[in-house]
Amino acid sequence: MAEITVRNLLHTYSVGTPFEKTAIRDIDLKIGQGENIFLLGHTGSGKSTFVQHLNALLQPTAGEVLVDGEDINRSKISRRDIKHRIGLVFQYPEYQLFEETVQADIAFGPRNMKLPETEVQERVLEAAGFTGIGEELLSRSPLELSGGQKRRIAIAGVIAMHPEVLILDEPTAGLDPSGSRQIMENIRSYREKTGATIIVVSHDMDSAAEYGDRLIVFERGSVSMDGSPEEVFSHPRELTSIGLNVPKAAALASALRDSGLRLNGPIYTHEQLLSAIRCAGGEPAC
Amino acid sequence: MAFIIEFESVRFRYPESDHDSLCDISIGFEPGSFNAILGHNGSGKSTLAKQMNGILLPTEGRVLVSGMDTANEDHLLEIRQTVGMVFQNPDNQIVSNVVEEDVAFAPENLGIPSEEIRERVDNALKQVGMYEYRMHAPHLLSGGQKQRVAIAGVLAMQPKVIVLDEPTAMLDPVGRQEVISTIHRLCREKNITVILITHHMDECIDADRLVVMSNGKIVLDGKPIEVFRNVERMEQEGLDVPETMRVLFDLNLAGEELPPDVLQMKCCAEYIAASLRKREQEAWQK
Repeated sequence: MAEITVRNLLHTYSVGTPFEKTAIRDIDLKIGQGENIFLLGHTGSGKSTFVQHLNALLQPTAGEVLVDGEDINRSKISRRDIKHRIGLVFQYPEYQLFEETVQADIAFGPRNMKLPETEVQERVLEAAGFTGIGEELLSRSPLELSGGQKRRIAIAGVIAMHPEVLILDEPTAGLDPSGSRQIMENIRSYREKTGATIIVVSHDMDSAAEYGDRLIVFERGSVSMDGSPEEVFSHPRELTSIGLNVPKAAALASALRDSGLRLNGPIYTHEQLLSAIRCAGGEPAC
Repeated sequence: MAFIIEFESVRFRYPESDHDSLCDISIGFEPGSFNAILGHNGSGKSTLAKQMNGILLPTEGRVLVSGMDTANEDHLLEIRQTVGMVFQNPDNQIVSNVVEEDVAFAPENLGIPSEEIRERVDNALKQVGMYEYRMHAPHLLSGGQKQRVAIAGVLAMQPKVIVLDEPTAMLDPVGRQEVISTIHRLCREKNITVILITHHMDECIDADRLVVMSNGKIVLDGKPIEVFRNVERMEQEGLDVPETMRVLFDLNLAGEELPPDVLQMKCCAEYIAASLRKREQEAWQK
């Protein structure tokens, strides 16, 4: 189990040079085991810098990151161990595939954990299953596959380490709508079957509305909102002012309310919008 | 009117591939028009784009740019000056350490006198709203700014057509908006023909024409509203339609009698509100 506590986190890049820049400051967060989080914010708001602290890839300039109460930058638990427990999938991870076969690429992480080869192979199959990679692809070269397939192989490589916390930095950027949906469903099934914590970095509000339970909004290196989709999307003006938007269904719902329609409940997904319209139309089920 | 780019029964197959990436494409683009090409990953839309200035040549059929056959090497330089390309990743397109030098790269290579280069570079930067950044280092700009510099680099060649291959895929909502409104303005004010390849349907709404590709073929072609009307077909292709069209489609499926094709949110909201009010009145009268 991994409970993450972030206290007073500050990170400044290039300290002592003319390019000195504080990327994140004053971050205090608690992330419980099994939470399903979206980190939102425009480019440069500090999201990526933040997540790279969660598995000790970056060291804080000040403040601390605790996993189950232990400071990951100071304690005896090795950095390596933390990186296996807290898996990070970078932006455009498909550029980091390098092995000759899909199988070998997915096996890279578990092999580094010095697991017996039979277990490595079991984990490869299981991770391929989670990410919808057919067994017929395992012997192919990852470089000859499509962008969406490569992306899923990269995710499978991290899943194969069985991380307790799976962090994905913009996992659907550059993919078409059905490819994006597939990846989000893959991540959901990993969470449901393993109870892992999921942290998705994104600026896609529709995806956050559909798949997130807790939304944390970054703005200029600090946390500006933290709550359920319902809470966060009830502040459309604040979101727009920091370069984000509301989900499309929420925008249409507010246009409907402006034309005098009484719609009940929070609305930020297509399904919620449809059922609210049906209820407003006096459907008996409401 | 003569087409500025015309495909005549174009078939294309990559070397060593076992299938055609473009099959029998015949389409012409009007000068000064804003065209969006939508399709899922692997649908052939980037391959189509690369035929437009002779980066790829048809296996069969021909592509004409201002009447010049792209397969004729004597025309290649003129074709490349007529049709400028902007690609997905801004970092791969930047060659200099200073914004204005980057924009000057193409005209310098064309052997244009230096006073004219100065003028072209200044104009190009003003047209994309990046003139104040002319002395900045490109790698310190945001993604949206970098893409606008890339567009300025193309503009400095004074092309008649700009082809943009998923120029916003790596950008956040603000960056996307910057790029899209810049190219709309260039089309409107400078009469530049725009061909925008994307899988974000919301970037296509304001286009003059929307072409949908699937498996190397053109499957839908018309005004955006005419194309988005095919909600089921679009979903089969793994593409999204605007939330307004999706809601109207689902409500009509449930028995409402609403117009199927409204793109504007406010207008759509009014139709729905009016229809529900009418239903309420009828219920009262009973």
